Amino acid sequence: MLHIINKSPFERNSLESCLRTATKGSTLLFIEDGVYAALEGSAKAETLRQAMQDYTVCVLEPDLAARGIAAKAMDGIKRVDYAGFVDLVAESERVQSWL
Amino acid sequence: MSEEMMEEGGTIKKFLYVNRKAPYGTVYALESLEVVLIGAAFEQDVSLVFMDDGVFQITKGQDTAGVEMKNFSPTYRALEMYDVEKLFVEKESLDARGLTEDDLLVPVEVMTSEQIRDLMEDQDVILSF
Amino acid sequence: MKFAIQVNEGPYTHEASDTAYLFTRAALEKGHEIFRVFFYHDGVNNGTNLTTPPQDDRNITNRWSELAAKHNLDLVVCVAAAQRRGIVDEGEMKRNGKSAQNIADGFRISGLGQLIEAGIQADRLVVFGD
Repeated sequence: MLHIINKSPFERNSLESCLRTATKGSTLLFIEDGVYAALEGSAKAETLRQAMQDYTVCVLEPDLAARGIAAKAMDGIKRVDYAGFVDLVAESERVQSWL
Repeated sequence: MSEEMMEEGGTIKKFLYVNRKAPYGTVYALESLEVVLIGAAFEQDVSLVFMDDGVFQITKGQDTAGVEMKNFSPTYRALEMYDVEKLFVEKESLDARGLTEDDLLVPVEVMTSEQIRDLMEDQDVILSF
Repeated sequence: MKFAIQVNEGPYTHEASDTAYLFTRAALEKGHEIFRVFFYHDGVNNGTNLTTPPQDDRNITNRWSELAAKHNLDLVVCVAAAQRRGIVDEGEMKRNGKSAQNIADGFRISGLGQLIEAGIQADRLVVFGD
């Protein structure tokens, strides 16, 4: 499954709830304010590092850039553009948006 | 689309409605319920999951007279008349909010996060509001 | 692949409509088909022709209209949500005794069944919201 998370982990519990119910091997894609989850050195960084063990973690690059944090995103996170976003949806049998 | 079955006249897919937001503070609970009701006519394989603050959508004793809004919680009890009977609630969400099944106004199946995970993986279409 | 898109939020207040638009455009550029874009909740507000956003920023409604015209997209605004929020076409205007209509080019008002149908007919349904 592709899990799309669009809210900051500091604002909403979407990431937390997603991680409780996402099957290992799923893909997580952070978009919009969700990209703040990828910030190196934040209180959520360890959560994300753990997540990277079990999931493929991706981030929508234009949203990183818009927020001026492209250089501060953690290593190991795959950056995609909108075309890549489309590919991720096409490649996953099912998709869920965590709003 | 491994779950898709062809029946005479049309496709049947597994639809999951994910309810994570409390009622009244925002419109999502009410309007997602409206999708479920209209969607019932399409005779798909429908499940509803209530997790996080979504569990508050189906708690008993909602009295909206003071806020002058329509109390739409009785509609959840009508769902079975529309053949929508698969209502699931996440145990972790209930526990975190100090609630039990007794606090809920409609029969549900309480599931752990792991069970919800498996339920979600079994779906074709997942609607979020 | 056939995509269905659900947009739950109106223009500008949330990024949902922007992301949905950019995703839709990218999908079309890749040769995919967009079965329908369904606007629900405040998403119906993307379909008003009465906005005058600042000229130096994107015009969210117009670019949906333009994309629809270019690719023959089906942009559907939910009638129940539209009635609550005042998005009106000619039929709704007459039926409900309203003084005007404001549905933007390329958008049409229809029932929630269109969302369910999109979920059934498309290969993937992606929700953009808050």
